[in-house]
Amino acid sequence: MLPDNETRVKMYRTMLTSRHMDDRIMELYYKDKTPVFDIAAGLIPGEIHSSHGQEACAVGTVFVLGQEDWITAAHRPHHTAIARGICVKKILCEIMGKANGLSAGRGGHMHLYSKEHKFCSSGIIAEGMGPAAGMALASRMQGKGGIGVCYLGEAAVNQGAWHEVMNMAGVYKLPFICVIEDNNWGVSVSKAASTAIARNSDRATSYNALGLYVDSNDPDDIYNKMTEATEYARSGKGPVILELKTYRLQGHMLGDPQHYVPEEEKLAFRDCTIDYKNKLVNEGVITESEADSIIADIKNEVDEAVEFAIKSPLPDAQNALTGNFV
Amino acid sequence: MNMSNNRVLTMARAGREAVKWEMENDKNVFMLGEDVYKFGGVFGTADGLGEIFGADRILDTPISETGFIGLATGAAIAGMRPIVELAFADFIGVCYSAIVNLAAKHHYLSNGEFKVPMVLMLGSGGGYNNGGQHSQALHACLAHMPGMKVIAPSNAYDAKGFMHAAIRSDDFVVYMGQKRTSGVGFFGAPIPDSMSEIPDEPYTIEFGVARTVKEGTDVTVVAISWAVHQAMDAAKELEKEGISVEVIDPRTLVPLDRESIINSVRKTGRLVVADEDYQSYGFTSEVIASVIESEPNVFKSAPIRVANPDTTIPYSRPMEQQVLPTSARIKQAILDVMK
Ligand SMILES: Cc1ncc(C[n+]2csc(CCOP(=O)(O)OP(=O)(O)O)c2C)c(N)n1
Ligand SMILES: [Mg+2]
Repeated sequence: MLPDNETRVKMYRTMLTSRHMDDRIMELYYKDKTPVFDIAAGLIPGEIHSSHGQEACAVGTVFVLGQEDWITAAHRPHHTAIARGICVKKILCEIMGKANGLSAGRGGHMHLYSKEHKFCSSGIIAEGMGPAAGMALASRMQGKGGIGVCYLGEAAVNQGAWHEVMNMAGVYKLPFICVIEDNNWGVSVSKAASTAIARNSDRATSYNALGLYVDSNDPDDIYNKMTEATEYARSGKGPVILELKTYRLQGHMLGDPQHYVPEEEKLAFRDCTIDYKNKLVNEGVITESEADSIIADIKNEVDEAVEFAIKSPLPDAQNALTGNFV
Repeated sequence: MNMSNNRVLTMARAGREAVKWEMENDKNVFMLGEDVYKFGGVFGTADGLGEIFGADRILDTPISETGFIGLATGAAIAGMRPIVELAFADFIGVCYSAIVNLAAKHHYLSNGEFKVPMVLMLGSGGGYNNGGQHSQALHACLAHMPGMKVIAPSNAYDAKGFMHAAIRSDDFVVYMGQKRTSGVGFFGAPIPDSMSEIPDEPYTIEFGVARTVKEGTDVTVVAISWAVHQAMDAAKELEKEGISVEVIDPRTLVPLDRESIINSVRKTGRLVVADEDYQSYGFTSEVIASVIESEPNVFKSAPIRVANPDTTIPYSRPMEQQVLPTSARIKQAILDVMK
């Protein structure tokens, strides 16, 4: 099922929110790490895996989900968290390690959590698989009708946990979807160099799952396939593998110049925020000037959130010592 | 040894030099792991080696740690000398069995028929705000288990010597380089004392021999890896206040040079142990227990541990600083043990 125009505009706005947040993060990140790049320095330290280029994957899938559904995101979680409607201010505060962040500064960029949004994330590759399948199982046991969705990259399917959990999801016919964002790279290793077959959606055969692939990085196409995926998963037929071709525009992490990516491939990178805007304008869903004012709106909103986060207080150092147990 | 050319290297460069020499001189040595071929290893351990030795000897792996550590174990049993690069120590979580039940146990369980001459390289530790799954030291999770040597050098000279020794060793060796000590580009300026003048020639350092980094008479501070530099900062400051601190770097957790530590405490009567890893059941406890077992009456005051206070490593800077064995915490511990 294709999204209606209202949903499409919302998806566009959400993609822009994620993009502008990542742009601002990138700007602040580099500002504090020049001339000497010290990963520990500045307002935003540590690794940042930005979602530049992959926003379409998040909106096209998350917009199909309901409140009852669960999500586990990966080490690259910004776009997924924003598509899920998690407060941008709280995300930014967490990324800046502030006391009013999602986890009060305990987590950081790879560890975004929100109970209200049934949203978890993990920086260890493929470790969202088990939890998302477990959430699917719990939802079924409780008769709540929710499904579990695990987001990960194409390189994560070579982790043991991925295969173990896919098999269980097939055996138990869990209402579970694994969304694979295929940006062709796992750090410096290409999909062809790490993966024995071209499409991971073809692995569905091994797990008695439905395998779907979208090669356009277009939110409408992704929404359409995700609708099919959720209908299948909710029907009790079993799990789905939905693989989405996408592009990693800013390297593995900020500061990675991705020298190892061939020049021709970089030239073929597509920016889904631009492509989608052109599509919406061409189809008359929005006018060029409406698009401009959406962009200006979003920038204002995000900039305000950035200012809020910058002004927010750091946590008390002593908070480090509590919180390991109930 | 030729020290005339003044080659001052970082730990990462020094360790890589040893790998390169061993690969040039022993065709059975090869490397496999994450991002080694084109990227040179996330922490620079294989920088440029892909170009020199090609994809047949510098093998990029999928993100399949259980698989490739098992594979390396098999290759080692069958006569090769693999060096495995695992980037972050935190990732041992997904392949712990391959490390502790396979690589570390084959020699014993086969009654010595099979050797596992393999090196596992791990980048350990935090202090750069990367959150609870990318900042752990985890020395003790490995050192606790039988069947593997565990080394954690704190400077470039030791890094090169231990890397040569590790590759030549017929035992399974885990080589842990603290990220902020290794001198990798994206961690900013290297800690000056972690860099050393490096001889051109290959050399080895014996496992299980501690280094007295600084002599002193009032307090013994035993520290490992990054904590050595924090201990030295504390010692230098307290020197000005008239406290004479002896700093000992055991350099290898397995085997542990208990004798040197005990000898030092015989002299000072006071002991502080600093380590970035979790406190309970860890390196700091092991050192103190070892001294007490052998010299129960030597202490003028109760020994003190400075380690992670058994908490998940928080992301936010003020909280992370609170759990690291910083020079400020070590200094306070020294003052307390002097009371
Ligand atoms: C178990 C484990 N091994 C290695 C890593 C280091 N690592 C972090 S991201 C990454 C590449 C992931 O690639 P992919 O799954 O395609 O996601 P992408 O980064 O492309 O979004 C690697 C190897 C890790 N976090 N966890
Ligand atoms: Mg990828």
